[in-house]
Amino acid sequence: MADILNALAVFGNFVAVPGIAYGSQLALGALGITLIYAVLRFANFAHGDTMAFGTMAAILGTWGLQAAGIGLGPLPTALLALPLGIAATAGLVLLTDRYIYRYHRARRSTPVTFVILSIGVMFVLNGLVRFVIGPDDQRFADGERFIIRARDFEALTGLEEGLTIRTTQLLTLVVAVAVVAALFWFLRRTRTGKAMRAFSDNEDLALLSGVDPDRVVRVTWLIAAALATVAGVLYGLDKSFKPFTYFQLLLPMFAAAIVGGIGHPVGAIAGGFVIAFSELGLTYAYKRVAGYLLPEPWAPEGLMQLLGTDYKFAISFIILVVVLLVRPTGLFRGQVI
Amino acid sequence: MSLRAPLLYLGMAAVLLLIGWLQSWSVALSIVNLCLISAVMALGVNMQWGYAGLFNVGIMGFAALGGVAAVLVSMPPVAAAWAAGAGGIGLAALAVALTAVAATALRRRLAPGRWRVLAVTLVVLLGYALARRAFDPGAEAIEAVDPALTGYLGGLGLPILLAWLVGGLFAAGAAWLVGKTALGLRSDYLAIATLGISEIILSVLKNEDWLTRGVKNVTGLPRPVPYEIDLQAAPWFVARAEAWGIDPVEASSIAVKLAYAGLFLAVLVVLMWLAERALNAPWGRMMRAIRDNETAAEAMGKDVTGRHLEIFVLGSAVVGIAGAMLTTLDGQFTPGSYNPLRFTFLIWVMVIVGGSGNNWGAVFGAFLVWLVWVEAEPAGRWLMGAITAGLGEEHWLRLHLIAGAPHMRMVLMGAILILALRFSPKGLIPERPRTRPARAPDC
Repeated sequence: MADILNALAVFGNFVAVPGIAYGSQLALGALGITLIYAVLRFANFAHGDTMAFGTMAAILGTWGLQAAGIGLGPLPTALLALPLGIAATAGLVLLTDRYIYRYHRARRSTPVTFVILSIGVMFVLNGLVRFVIGPDDQRFADGERFIIRARDFEALTGLEEGLTIRTTQLLTLVVAVAVVAALFWFLRRTRTGKAMRAFSDNEDLALLSGVDPDRVVRVTWLIAAALATVAGVLYGLDKSFKPFTYFQLLLPMFAAAIVGGIGHPVGAIAGGFVIAFSELGLTYAYKRVAGYLLPEPWAPEGLMQLLGTDYKFAISFIILVVVLLVRPTGLFRGQVI
Repeated sequence: MSLRAPLLYLGMAAVLLLIGWLQSWSVALSIVNLCLISAVMALGVNMQWGYAGLFNVGIMGFAALGGVAAVLVSMPPVAAAWAAGAGGIGLAALAVALTAVAATALRRRLAPGRWRVLAVTLVVLLGYALARRAFDPGAEAIEAVDPALTGYLGGLGLPILLAWLVGGLFAAGAAWLVGKTALGLRSDYLAIATLGISEIILSVLKNEDWLTRGVKNVTGLPRPVPYEIDLQAAPWFVARAEAWGIDPVEASSIAVKLAYAGLFLAVLVVLMWLAERALNAPWGRMMRAIRDNETAAEAMGKDVTGRHLEIFVLGSAVVGIAGAMLTTLDGQFTPGSYNPLRFTFLIWVMVIVGGSGNNWGAVFGAFLVWLVWVEAEPAGRWLMGAITAGLGEEHWLRLHLIAGAPHMRMVLMGAILILALRFSPKGLIPERPRTRPARAPDC
């Protein structure tokens, strides 16, 4: 019995807990991509760098608050700076929409044009973020670091293996659940949310029904900006902030959105967790887990690792290809928000 | 025939000459060399995008495959490593091949359904486990052979010029595999898929130390041109340099760069000739027809998927050649230095700004964008220094702005791309209209 619990603790410590946190972060990012896709109908390559921009704004806010001696006690100060980050990012995406995308929307340019435009925006944001905050790693998490330390867990349960839960991991989950709940309430219950869904479902019909397209587009950008900033700040709190890492997050986020069925919010969330758990699950060395579960003579010699940790990005992509080939619509069918 | 293209090329030549005259000839030639390589890459992208409308953002991966070819062809083989681990790697390759055959056979034989999925998955997993059993000790043994210097299998010890061809073949092979799976996808899915593939190729090259030394890099690749030191020691060269009134050291550097430029230019000219011939041939007309209206072309009996695969492989091969050329010029293979912004998206800016669908436009775009990219760094630093000159030498804002100035060239590139799409969506040298203007019927 103790062996099974020990195995569970190891698994929880290295796969389940980090997976839930990472999955929530990916899900929030993928939600933004999926919403943009559903309403504006293009794959936004600038989303990773939008995340970086929002996080950067929040970090600058955090530094300001820390300098002023304002904090949240055990919680990270960045939570207080989050609204500032969201506001800055919202302003930014509205500007890009007004001066870059709107012209092409009015001319009904091809979807690929929008993708290339978003690559242009990606360049601009990438340079801007590095210019302001520099290309290096920034750690901005403060407050209480752990909810349960490995040693406390061992003392509490009497197991050999410890389970660590960091504050940022629980915080990620709580914030993500709150944000997703608010988003779904908005999409299902409010007039604007319904207009967005109608617009995504059938643009012409929605226009005939008196939906204001400019407003729908604006609101979509605002939500995407908020989601990107929240995802970025949570990821940065949990790990660290580095502009290039955020650019690289684009691939798992796209994978999550497509695996779940692009344009489908529930799918984006499911996709985020599928990608996160596959990344962690396939690159984790199961030697210790197996050591507890199998009888002594069967204990494995190797690490029992399917793939090296360096192949993280490859995994999200392989899942993406398999889904595109086997079930191109993703886990959840249909292009509806 | 408009005068626009020749004038733009003349202007570019004048700017490059000016750089040579004002900065130094060595700097100008370095820029020209990278312009030429970029031009070859842009040519490859233009084939895919301009001819056929395929949105490939995996350029970096194909360029890196070209770089690997340079290592595998030109470096001397490491005999000890071959003795230690080649058997294991070979066995693993055999296991992978057998698994692939078995899985395909099973897929063909069994009726579609849950059981087939299960059986194929089991065979693949079993094959993977077997391959790993042979592979792991082999790779470990190879990497243990003098890890500070080698620790990899080495290459074939052949002339590096051959690697340019092999690089093209590597990229073509990879593109065939990718195209087979991904080309049926919609344009934005294809973009995401190719972006992912280039990341996979890079992560393999970074982590399979037995093949490429990974992030330990392979340095000191053999060169197709003489070394500066040898030139400086050669009496005929020194005499010639003195006769021209140039310092022999500088002359040797210029001569080496000129030799590279000649090689690159030869490749570019050959590829350009082939690309133009293809574009003007019925084959090129068919490609444009497919690009402009897939459904109509298919209705006319054109094999859209087949042609797409063809052009995808050809374009990627051209990028692979350019990748091998770049690694040859650098004299080293450094997987860590490949960055999608520089190797994929910058090439895209070149093609869009230059003129997609027109080879001359893509090549001009490559020259222009590379020139701006290189010169933006010193220009940005100078600009920031000038703006903040009033702040005092050690002011934190001044230091920060000057340190950050190089990143502004990203902003510049993005702005150029966005502005080009808005104000000159066809590029500086647009695609020539092929149809004769409709004549009013005579009455």
